[in-house]
Amino acid sequence: MKIADILELIEAKVANSEICLERTEKFKYAFASDLMSDVLRLKCDNTLLVTGLCNIQTIRTVEMAEIKLIIIARGKKIDDEMLELADENDICVLETEFSVYKVCGLLYQKGILPVY
Amino acid sequence: MELSFKIEGGNFSGAGSASSEVKRTLKQLDVDASQIKRIVIALYEAEINVVAHAFGGKIEVKISADKVFARIQDQGPGIADISKAMQEGYSTASSKVREMGFGAGMGLPNIKSNVDVFDIQSVVNEGTVLEMTFYLS
Repeated sequence: MKIADILELIEAKVANSEICLERTEKFKYAFASDLMSDVLRLKCDNTLLVTGLCNIQTIRTVEMAEIKLIIIARGKKIDDEMLELADENDICVLETEFSVYKVCGLLYQKGILPVY
Repeated sequence: MELSFKIEGGNFSGAGSASSEVKRTLKQLDVDASQIKRIVIALYEAEINVVAHAFGGKIEVKISADKVFARIQDQGPGIADISKAMQEGYSTASSKVREMGFGAGMGLPNIKSNVDVFDIQSVVNEGTVLEMTFYLS
């Protein structure tokens, strides 16, 4: 799925510049975790992260794991420091009021696969 | 090429900036992406460990054509039982570390799974030295 389609599906807002909605890459897999060490164990490309953990290490972790899309669930909002780091690393951040469970359910229905 | 970074214990805001700099350098040197990923993941976990557990420390990275060597030395409480610390799920992390999404006892096992040569030495109430070698071929 493209970022713009995911945004619509989960009724999210894009935290970065709207320019990230123009990105055309398609995400095939999703992983959901609030434990960043588990995110760092992923061996999969084309993966997006769904999390309710909203701090600077969330962004650092996806930077290291080469993940280019994060969905911040449960109505959490990223701050300016996180946003700057996300922009530096070409990471798109979507914020949604939905729970992690609901986001995962919606993505799964649309054919986004689990990593394992 | 040699890189050196000071790490401040307890500074979660800055944690990961050294690993990020190493990642940038490796990219500039055109190192293979899958190699970069395992190097920076191990380095990042090690950097988080210093921030989470020690008073401070330093990271030294030597990059050559065929390998990357990293040495992470900290001043801190040390590790009383290294074999326990290597077990998945064993952790002495504070609630602050857990709030940051770490501290579930995955750090050292994650590091070990990404390195080719791994050595850890620790003295209680002095600190820990972690050495990692990654072969690029």
